[in-house]
Amino acid sequence: MIYLDNAATSRPKPPGVAEAVVAAMSTYGNCGRGTHEEALSAARTIFSTRQQIARLFGCGRPERVCFTANSTAALNIAIHGLLTPADHVISTDLEHNSVLRPLYRLRDGGMGLDFVPADRNGQLDYEGFARLLRPNTRAVVCTHGSNLTGDLVNIDFVGKFCREHGLLFILDASQTAGVFPIDMAAQHIDVVCFTGHKSLLGPQGTGGLCVGENVDVRPLLVGGTGVQSFSETQPEAFPEHLEAGTLNSHGLAGLHASLEFLEKTGLNVIRSHEETLAHRFYDAVRQIPGVRVYGNFDAEHRAPVVALNIGDADSAEMSDELSYRFQIATRPGAHCAPRLHRALGTEDQGAVRFSWSWANTVEETDAAAAAVRILAEEVL
Amino acid sequence: MGNPVERCVVTFPSTTGAMGMEQACRAAGVPGRLIPVPRSITAGCGMCWAAPVEARSQVEELLMREHLETDGIYSILFPR
Repeated sequence: MIYLDNAATSRPKPPGVAEAVVAAMSTYGNCGRGTHEEALSAARTIFSTRQQIARLFGCGRPERVCFTANSTAALNIAIHGLLTPADHVISTDLEHNSVLRPLYRLRDGGMGLDFVPADRNGQLDYEGFARLLRPNTRAVVCTHGSNLTGDLVNIDFVGKFCREHGLLFILDASQTAGVFPIDMAAQHIDVVCFTGHKSLLGPQGTGGLCVGENVDVRPLLVGGTGVQSFSETQPEAFPEHLEAGTLNSHGLAGLHASLEFLEKTGLNVIRSHEETLAHRFYDAVRQIPGVRVYGNFDAEHRAPVVALNIGDADSAEMSDELSYRFQIATRPGAHCAPRLHRALGTEDQGAVRFSWSWANTVEETDAAAAAVRILAEEVL
Repeated sequence: MGNPVERCVVTFPSTTGAMGMEQACRAAGVPGRLIPVPRSITAGCGMCWAAPVEARSQVEELLMREHLETDGIYSILFPR
C-alpha cells in the first residue's frame, strides 16, 4: 500500500511513538490524581508535552496549553467559549466543518457570521476581511491551510488585521501544525487549535488548544480536575479550566515521542521533503490530458496536498480504483470542506486528494502519478 | 509516627504549576518532592511541593528566579 492520505491522518508514525503509548499503558497512573510514582509519571509526560507544544507555537507558558481529543473539540471549546449571539465573526470559504458547524450553530442562535470568499481556483479575496468588518465583529476564525487544496492562508495578514481592529484571532492549525512555523506572539494569534494525529505525527485522540494570556475562554465541559474538589465551579486556573475529566495520557505519551522526533529532525527538513514530493507529483499530473488540479502551485509554500479530478469521473470511483487496483490510499469526496468545493465547482464531483508525510518516497510519488495517467487514459 | 517535623510547603493553582516546580527544583538541586496537599491547607485534593524547612530560602529564591506562580507558601508540621 502506498499511503497518500496523510492529510486525514498520518501513517506511519515515527519510531518510538507506538512504543511510548504501549509503555504508558503499562505504567501510567492518572495525571493529577495523587502523588504516587505512577500518577507522577503520567503528569511528568503530560507537563513535558505541554512544554513541547508551547515551544512549537510560541505559547508563553505550558499552563496555557490545554489538551483535548482533537481539533474539533478544541475548536468547539474556543468558538463556544469566546463568542456570544451579540457578536459578529469573520471566517473564510476554506474552512473545514470543524470550524463551520460550531459557527453555524452560533449563527442560528443569533450571532452574525460572514465568510471571506474564495474564487473559482480557491484563492481568498483578502480585501474581504476589511469589507466584512462590522462594529460588533469580535473575531476571525480561520484555517492556516486548506485541507482540500493545501493552499495556505496568510496568517501574518490576518493576525495584523485582527490586532488593528481589536479582534480575537482563532486559528485552526489542523493541517499545518508541525509543518509550518506558527508563533502566537509574533503573529498575534489568540488561540491555536491543533490535532495530534496529522502532521504532528502522534496518535489519534490527541489535540488541544493554546490560549493567549489575556484570553478567557468559558469552559465547554466542566467536571473532575483533580484540584479544588469542593468548589462547585470549574477551577479558573489553566489548563484545568478547560480540561474536565481524565486526560489521554497514553496518547499524549505518543504525542510526546512524535514531537521529540519533529524537534530532532527539524520542521524545515520534513516540510522540504513533503513539499518536494507534492510538487513533483503536481508537475507530473498537471501535464496529463483531462486532469484538473486545484489550488495555487505558484505559492512559495503550501501544505503537501494535491487535489485533482480526472475528466468528469466521480472522485469516489477514481479513489476506489487507486486503492483497489494500484494499492494507493487517497481521499475522495467533499473532505468536510463544503464551501470550498462550492467555490471550486466540485460539489457534485468531489475531488481526489493526495497528501504526503515524512515517510513517503519519490518512488511512491511517481507510482501515484503513473496510476493517475493510466486512469486518465481509460476515462477519456 | 515520631516527633512532628516542620516542612516548607508550596501550593499551586494547577497541576501544571506543580509539575513545573518539580522540574525546576530537580534542575536547580533544590530538595523536596511532590505530595498530596495536606488538609491543614485545604480540604480538597491536588499536589504541592514539600521541602525540608531548612530549604525554605532556596525554594523562595527559585520561585522568584523562575517566575513560578504559586497559591501560597506554608510552614506545616507533619506528624513525622
